[in-house]
This record gives sequence, C-alpha cells and structure tokens, in this order.
Amino acid sequence: MTAMTRRSLLTGIAATAGGLLTGCDQLARNESFREALFSADNVHRWTQRALTDRNALAREFRPDQISPYFRPNGVRNPGTPEYAAMSADNFAAWRLQVTGLVNRPLSLSLPQIQALPHREQITRHDCVEGWSAIGKWRGVPLRTILDGADLKTNARYLVFRCADTNGGARPYYESIDLVDAFHPQTILAFALNDRPLFVANGAPLRLRVERHLGYKHAKFLTGIEAVASLENIHGGNGGYWEDVAGYQWYAGI
Amino acid sequence: MTAERSTDDRPAGGTLVKRHRLSTRLWHWTNVVTVATLFTSGLGIFNAHPRLYWGHFGANADTPWLELSRFPGWITLPGSYSLAMSRHWHLTFALIFAFAILFYMLWSLVNRHVSRDLAFRREELSPGHIWADIKDHARLRFPTGAAALRYNILQKASYVGVIFVLIPGLILSGLTMSPGMNAAWPWLVDLFGGRQSARSIHFILAFATVGFFLVHILMVVLAGPFNEIRSMVTGWYRLPKERGQ
Repeated sequence: MTAMTRRSLLTGIAATAGGLLTGCDQLARNESFREALFSADNVHRWTQRALTDRNALAREFRPDQISPYFRPNGVRNPGTPEYAAMSADNFAAWRLQVTGLVNRPLSLSLPQIQALPHREQITRHDCVEGWSAIGKWRGVPLRTILDGADLKTNARYLVFRCADTNGGARPYYESIDLVDAFHPQTILAFALNDRPLFVANGAPLRLRVERHLGYKHAKFLTGIEAVASLENIHGGNGGYWEDVAGYQWYAGI
Repeated sequence: MTAERSTDDRPAGGTLVKRHRLSTRLWHWTNVVTVATLFTSGLGIFNAHPRLYWGHFGANADTPWLELSRFPGWITLPGSYSLAMSRHWHLTFALIFAFAILFYMLWSLVNRHVSRDLAFRREELSPGHIWADIKDHARLRFPTGAAALRYNILQKASYVGVIFVLIPGLILSGLTMSPGMNAAWPWLVDLFGGRQSARSIHFILAFATVGFFLVHILMVVLAGPFNEIRSMVTGWYRLPKERGQ
C-alpha cells in the first residue's frame, strides 16, 4: 500500500468519525430513535430490580469518612418572599402537606416531624455530574409518614413539592415509586452533620433517597402527594430535571 | 481462525482461508459502534465535572489527582454540551456493549475460540519466544504463509487483555457509578476502592481502549488493510505469501 493511499485511508477514517458524530446528533432528533434511547433507563431499572435485592441498603460510612465539606448543589436558596419569611422565623410557619391518594391527609409542622422516631445515616451523595460527597443525615423514615397518612391502594408514586419555584413558572419537584418510598433509608432529613439543614442544603426538610443520584433528593420540601400516574404533573416526566433537560426518571444509574 | 490442520495440508501463502467466525465478526463491528458511542458520550459526561479523585468521595472542595478543561465538541456526543443526552447515549450503548461481550465470551468458550485461538501455549510463553515476537513486531515482519493462521503471542496477549481485563474492568467500574448497583453489590465499590476511584479507573481504562484502538488500526494498516478488513467482514483472509516468493 502506498503512502498516498494510507494517508487517504486515515483521512477517510477521521472524516467518517467526524461525520458519524454529526449524524448521531441528527439521529437523536428523530422521535422514535430518541424514544428508544430514552427507554434504556427502564431497561436498567428492570434489570437492576430483577437481578438484585430491591431492599438492598446503600453503604453507610464511618464518621471519619465524612467529606470535610458537603457541596450544596442546584438552587441554593428558593429566594421567594414566603420562603425568606419562613426561614427568618426558623420555619415556625412551615408545614409539610401530605395529600393526594391518602386516607388521612396530613399537615405537619417541623417540631411534629422532629418528634417522630429518627434515623441517622452516613451516606454518599452522588451527583449526576460525577462528584460525590459523604454526609451524615438525620431524619424521619418516609415510611413513618406514609403509614400515618395511609396510602390508598391505587397510589403508585409519591410526588415531592418544593419551595424553589424558579420564579413560579417551573417549580422544582421530584417523584419516586413505592419501592423506594418504603425503603428503610428513604428519609425526610432535617439535619446534616449534626446541624439543622442549611438553606443551601434544603432547609427545613429534604428527601434522602439513597440509591438515586442527587437530583432525586428534593430540597425545601413543602408537600408530598400520592398519585397513580405522573402523566399530568408538570411536564409529565416525573421531575424538574426530567422535564427540563431530559434526565432519567430512574436515577439509580 | 479455523481449526488446526496437519502439517501436510497446511495452506501456503496466497490461498484464501476462512479466518474469522461469524460471532467474532458480529462482535467486532458491534464494538466499532458501541465503543465509538461510549467513548464520545463518556467524554460528554466527564465534561460535567472534569476532575478525578481517589477514594469514596470527591467534589469541588476536595483535591483531584487530575483536572482537565472540557473536551471539545468535535469529540463529544452530543457535540454541544448536554449531560442528559450524553447519559442517554452512554447508558443505552453500555447495555449493548456489556451484553455483547458477555455473550461473546460465553460463545467463545463454547465454540472453543478461546482454547483454540486465544489461550497461550506453553512454548509461546518462553521469554525467548516473546522477545522474538517483540523484535518481529518492531521490524514490522509479520507472519506469512501458514504461520499467519495463528495469532502471535503479542496479539493473543492484547486480545486476551482486552476481552478478559480491559472490557470487564470498564463495565464493572462503570456499574460502580450507579448508586443502585452500589447498594445491591457493595463488593463493586470495594473492588475499586470507592466510587470516585472507580470513576478514575473508568476514565483510565477508556483511554487504554483508545490506545488499543490506535495500535490496532496501525497494525491493520501495516498488515494490509484490504485483506484485514475483508477478513473481518466476510471471514475470508488471504494468507500472506512467504517471503522470497
């Protein structure tokens, strides 16, 4: 093979590679291809749930393994006048509303929640971006709240409403299914590293759903709604980032 | 490569022989697509936090062992930064990649591709033989005639390394990124010494794959790209003529 044809072969390979990448972007705009691409997280969820223990616990670490600094991420302060007023008053007026497909709707104050049996867990928080931080969380198992509210039999998902409304247009929200809702490490946390949650970490109450990436752990909780389907809630994809950016609803991957 | 022949009917240089099985050819071209997609979308994911750490945790306040600027758009998938789309590409093709190697490994044990073509033979493992093969590679003296029916020791070592070490390492370190899998299989995290270590190893193995790819392409070009590519498409390979003929 001559040097000339060798060079043209290599140029050809490089050009093909570049062309393929552009082609991939075009392919990703094709609706049915996009659907197939977006359905892979279901395959991951089915595979994980089929092959592994549904109630497996996330690792809990020793106190000396805690990150020196726990990086807050996403919205660091909801910034609404209502939230500012509640925060200034140590969240005395704050309530967690438990509504939807429940037999006993609840409206709980922070002292009421803090009076319930606690769980403490030192766990690793994994952001979708790739970084991890280890922190110690204290909170009330979500199961305790759900048992109090008594879910109706047609409830399939829990939707978490948050105080960060992004100017009202697109409030942050998240949702999980009942496998994760009743998992022993799924807690509503009010303390991080033995201190009440900072605003940046989601004061006064945030979700910890330890087998999922960070965006599932809704901060600044104001309500939990039990629903049968996620279809008619905001963008219908089960969460703020799922609607806005196309993140996977199943964030166990 | 095909079954071994007795010395008297060993094909001479210049004859067309069946070199690659269908399973090998299918797996090979599947990998062309999956590896290209996984590498480029992986760089897109890396761009979300282009810092690598050792241990269980690591975020902006912690000290990385490697900090890069974002990879440029011409090498990432998609071309303009989108963590969500990179993850969709990556996690879809990871499934294909992982199940393809799983089936290929099992099938290669069943059809004896591993024991016939890939397993090291005792005489090949002598330092003298390995050194001779290194020298042959350095001089670009490739086997001819019937000798070209077999993989040489360096070829075997690189294929075995890729199939049984590199790719499983990529898959397992990739699985260790998954908080769901970490809970289900905590030994994954222990295997790599922490999720951030696993992320670092995943990155290193991804570039090791690129290293393999570059050498692989170089070898194909040097050994005769038409014959090599034909053998990987149709299975048929023309044995190189013995030197001096």
